[in-house]
Amino acid sequence: MTKVTMTVNGKTVSGEVKGNTLLTEFLREDLRLTGTHVGCDTSQCGACVVHVNGEAVKSCTMFAAEADGAEVKTVEGMANADGSLSVIQQAFQDYHGLQCGFCTPGMVMSAAALLKDNPKPTEAEVRDYLEGNICRCTGYHNIVRAIMAASGQDVPAVAAE
Amino acid sequence: MYSFDIQRPTTIADAVAALSTDEALPLGGGQTLIPTLKQRLSAPSVLVSLGTIAEIKGVCTGDDGAVCIGGGTTHATVAREASSYPALADLAGHIGDPAVRNRGTIGGSLANNDPSACYPSAALASGATIVTNTRSIAADDYFQGMFATALNEGEIITEVRFPVPEKAAYMKFEQPASRFALVGVFVAKYADGVRVAVTGASENGVFRWTEAEAALSSNFSADAVPAAPSGDGMISDLHGSGAYRAHLVAVMTKRAVAAAR
Repeated sequence: MTKVTMTVNGKTVSGEVKGNTLLTEFLREDLRLTGTHVGCDTSQCGACVVHVNGEAVKSCTMFAAEADGAEVKTVEGMANADGSLSVIQQAFQDYHGLQCGFCTPGMVMSAAALLKDNPKPTEAEVRDYLEGNICRCTGYHNIVRAIMAASGQDVPAVAAE
Repeated sequence: MYSFDIQRPTTIADAVAALSTDEALPLGGGQTLIPTLKQRLSAPSVLVSLGTIAEIKGVCTGDDGAVCIGGGTTHATVAREASSYPALADLAGHIGDPAVRNRGTIGGSLANNDPSACYPSAALASGATIVTNTRSIAADDYFQGMFATALNEGEIITEVRFPVPEKAAYMKFEQPASRFALVGVFVAKYADGVRVAVTGASENGVFRWTEAEAALSSNFSADAVPAAPSGDGMISDLHGSGAYRAHLVAVMTKRAVAAAR
């Protein structure tokens, strides 16, 4: 067992992990932050995307021990300080950017990473950036619309109905 | 996964010492190794993470103008910072997806030498030098078949040096599910000739298409690309036959020549 200490959503947390404990297991099972989802566990689907030191990573494909000393942000850390939804989260609600909701935490974290580097992406750039996030409901149109809205741009009138 | 310990050395010397243990394996970004461990296809007793070794991270320009990339540098960093070699930065920016590019490293990709990985084609087409903790290896001597390289047990890629060509481009035809290269071709035009390296196609891993190199060295135009090579020895699977991959080799070479800048 190895002791790890990291900052998760602004709070310093510590725990004992095995070498093969994935970051996603540490977040979900040790910290009980179950907002981060495990869809495929083979690094395809992106439901487990979190930010490590400000960069989007698939937490099912990183060991908890590798996050020792890191700043980690999960979907639980996305709301505003007063508990209201962040701009991205609100846009997902307004534009119905989710159907079953399973992929949503990863979509929100990927969207946040995209908008940090590219505040006004084109629709094509949004779709390209979401290459590693799979929505099994195939609800991509409204996810893209939500991200365009969150970036403060006109929302494309795509045939989502 | 089987159980193992993780060590996180901060220097190459400590990593080399840790890797001298029996059954120890180096861990780069883990984007290939962790899925492999999950499938229990590998059973190390110790994983030596290279992610905390600052001296093997980053992109710089060497005295000879070559782009020098630390072995532990992520694809995202190469895409952002290798601007003096645009074709290389473009290749790095289209590996996997954004989250994978934030973890996966050039050293990990070259050490693994997946027959469908992108980086081996850039290294071979550029005549890159793979620098390890003990020696420098020319790309022409480094790649030794599918998943096989000149690296010894416990040897760590510390840097990769890419001479910058006059013009270059990488074109890949993606396998639509995995996004790995079904066929990828890197064309690089240097003052002393053109080099063409192909990934994804051959059962022997990345290779140089010497007929195309000869033709393009005397006339660097898409029209000069020879007829497709033989499909013998090409990978054949449900995504495409050997003959189809061979056809793609010529098509992607033409596209790369046309796109080279």
